[in-house]
Amino acid sequence: MAAQHDHDEHPEHSHLSDTDLRVRALESLLTDKGLVDTKALTAIVDTYENKVGPRNGARVVARAWVDPVYKEWLLRDGTAAIDSLGYASTQGADMVVLENTDLVHNMTVCTLCSCYPWPVLGLPPAWYKSFPYRSRAVKDPRGVLKEFGQDIPEDVEVRVWDSTSEVRYLVLPERPVGSDGMDEEALADLVTRNSMIGTDRLKGGRG
Amino acid sequence: MTADVNVPTEEQLPSLPRDEDGPVFDEPWQAQAFAMTVWLHEQGHFTWPEWADHLGAEIAAAVGAGDPDLGDTYYLHWLKALETLVAEKGLTTADALAERKEAWDRAAHATPHGQPIVLPTDA
Repeated sequence: MAAQHDHDEHPEHSHLSDTDLRVRALESLLTDKGLVDTKALTAIVDTYENKVGPRNGARVVARAWVDPVYKEWLLRDGTAAIDSLGYASTQGADMVVLENTDLVHNMTVCTLCSCYPWPVLGLPPAWYKSFPYRSRAVKDPRGVLKEFGQDIPEDVEVRVWDSTSEVRYLVLPERPVGSDGMDEEALADLVTRNSMIGTDRLKGGRG
Repeated sequence: MTADVNVPTEEQLPSLPRDEDGPVFDEPWQAQAFAMTVWLHEQGHFTWPEWADHLGAEIAAAVGAGDPDLGDTYYLHWLKALETLVAEKGLTTADALAERKEAWDRAAHATPHGQPIVLPTDA
């Protein structure tokens, strides 16, 4: 990191952080060359700040809970089934959906960087990107789950899936008991972001 | 492997940073760095595996150099990876970036507080 400027001594002037300067340098150079365009960047930021997020994934999960045909398709070809709801895959990665059951709990991680299913979950939370999660999710998944308040019964197998730039995972959590008769929209409201990463189990689920 | 049998305490929580559905980007520069990467990829300047390799390498290097990497430095690694990749792809050079950065710094210092910082056209 660059030395800190003592900008308080020059209150009449503006100051940009070292990082801000680097980003401006990159953006203005690429703009001059016609490689990026401000409007396109603004549109991308708007999409990720306002349009994609865990609600997309929740709608996928709710649809799978109420529609067995859709669920079968989702588990067989996650990319196409998710795309059919309008959540197109980005970066050319395949989506693989992992079903939680009475006997299996799935949990996802990206040990290398932070590959994450953006179209259905938005951008990853800070802990997902952190070294402690990336390293411990593989070595001690039950310990990590415990920190998230999830005590997984011994007879439930915990499977950890390491994402890559080519494959992203979405966990299909178990439908909570007592949710019979709820419509798709109400069901989607029960689905938490973490339940689709696999660090949460929905209330009413086993264990 | 740790055997965590106790209920987690507050002290344990920093080891695994937690957040709710907070802001996606903490600062505007993070959003810009993110968007440039997505856009350059969409325009075919690099593949996503190439990007992931560079980002993973930056993260691994930072952890190796002692960064506790709690997720708050993620976009710094992201930016470094992007700077490296665009130079490798010949979209710009490290020298050009350094020179342009200096120009922005001079422009900032020449701009009174509260006014937009504009790069002189001869920069």
